[in-house]
Amino acid sequence: MTHIQTLNGATLKQSAAHGGCGECQTSCQSACKTSCTVGNQKCENKERQK
Amino acid sequence: MVHTFKCLNVPVAVDVNSGAVHVLDEAAYDVLSRLDGPMGDKCPEELYAALPHDRAAIDGAWAELKELQDSGLLFTDDNYLDPQAAVLMQWDAPIKALCLHVSHDCNLRCKYCFASTGDFGTGKRMTMDAETAKKAIDFVIERSGTRRNIEVDFFGGEPLMAMDTVKATVDYARSLEEKHNKHFRFTITTNGVLLDDENIAYINEVMSNAVLSLDGRKEINDAMRPTVNGKGSYDVILPKFKKLAQQREGEGKDYYIRGTFTRHNPDFAADVTHMADLGFHSISVEPVVGAPEDEWAFKEEDLPGILAEYEKLAAELLERPDVNFFHYNVDLSQGPCVIKRLRGCGAGCEYVAITPDGDIYPCHQFVGNEDYKLGSLYDGTFDMELARKFAGLNVYTRPDCRECWARFYCSGGCSASNLLVNGDIKKPNRFGCEMQKKRLECAIAMKAIRAGLAEK
Repeated sequence: MTHIQTLNGATLKQSAAHGGCGECQTSCQSACKTSCTVGNQKCENKERQK
Repeated sequence: MVHTFKCLNVPVAVDVNSGAVHVLDEAAYDVLSRLDGPMGDKCPEELYAALPHDRAAIDGAWAELKELQDSGLLFTDDNYLDPQAAVLMQWDAPIKALCLHVSHDCNLRCKYCFASTGDFGTGKRMTMDAETAKKAIDFVIERSGTRRNIEVDFFGGEPLMAMDTVKATVDYARSLEEKHNKHFRFTITTNGVLLDDENIAYINEVMSNAVLSLDGRKEINDAMRPTVNGKGSYDVILPKFKKLAQQREGEGKDYYIRGTFTRHNPDFAADVTHMADLGFHSISVEPVVGAPEDEWAFKEEDLPGILAEYEKLAAELLERPDVNFFHYNVDLSQGPCVIKRLRGCGAGCEYVAITPDGDIYPCHQFVGNEDYKLGSLYDGTFDMELARKFAGLNVYTRPDCRECWARFYCSGGCSASNLLVNGDIKKPNRFGCEMQKKRLECAIAMKAIRAGLAEK
């Protein structure tokens, strides 16, 4: 492609397959305590990471 | 839904539902910015006249965008969840995280404190005893179901004023891990005043994360974070934070130096770089939470300046790859799953705060608001009806979020902030949303530049 470069693929769609285990950190506990951001949380699902 | 934007001069498209992110040239950006739905085979004739590009460039951009669409990377559907089912998704969610208020007392008198300088507006300064802390651990073990990882954040007020309770809690929780197949992770949020060699060593051994409160430049910090006798806190805490952070970095352990900015320091990028210059590599600086009448609270006219400051900060941090700024640390590919992203913070269902009296609230920011008290460790009450109001909050049930491009990154925002500003836990605080969206745009543009897909 000459007009477009893809930085990231359809990873959200892929994540749905093994998602929702609930073992990851609660977002507000990580640093903010006042605003909610989940995009920077770590996934802890070993099945998904295989 | 597709969101196009330019940040740091990088033209970007986010395909919201798939999570795909594309860096565009000007022709592709101009074409895509004018589309609000799926593309056909041919570019509509009116676009040729409307755009400042020749026909070949527009045709080329159209063909490539169409190829992305056909590959499931553009204009994808949101088919993750039936919106009706979204209400019930967290209905019986296990509780897996505690904000344990071991102290409702504080040795600072920060002017913007949402905890009313420690006592959460109760007029009663106190610390939690070990008995209550142990009941809190029993409570979360019982309520966590099959969840293995359990988080306990020692919070306050100032948790170092209740160090005996902190240690008793850790010992008690650890003693139950094997029996109940749980793994406790402890974190602490401290103002640093009482740090000494002994408790620095303890924190660095036991806590998986330490959040250290400092607002940045001395004059900024000291104006908002005075001691009880009205003196600045910067000189007291800085050497202690440096020591704690250096030890943690040496051991590869997480920490954040965390500041708050208000309308008094709209140049908050200078506070971030100040803390980076001091040697801190993990930094979070957050907009203040305040009622509209607070003199430090933002006003509508502050917003354009704040958004510009975020972009200025992003440009400066591109020169400092060793600095991890919390809100620019977005993991596009290996971050949380979409299920996590649509659920939100979990306050009131997965996550609760517990006071020194053993009262239970949806999160630390609701403490002291009797309308939102969930129950008590001492009488065994837990208001499931109220908990389910929170459980039903997610990006599909908050109408404003359902239409927002950032919904899978911010996850629906902060219920407490919504209540404070709009009087409704369901109604997002627009000012906060605009800042959040700008931070995400900055984070994505920085990733594109660092990946070599765009020039600085």
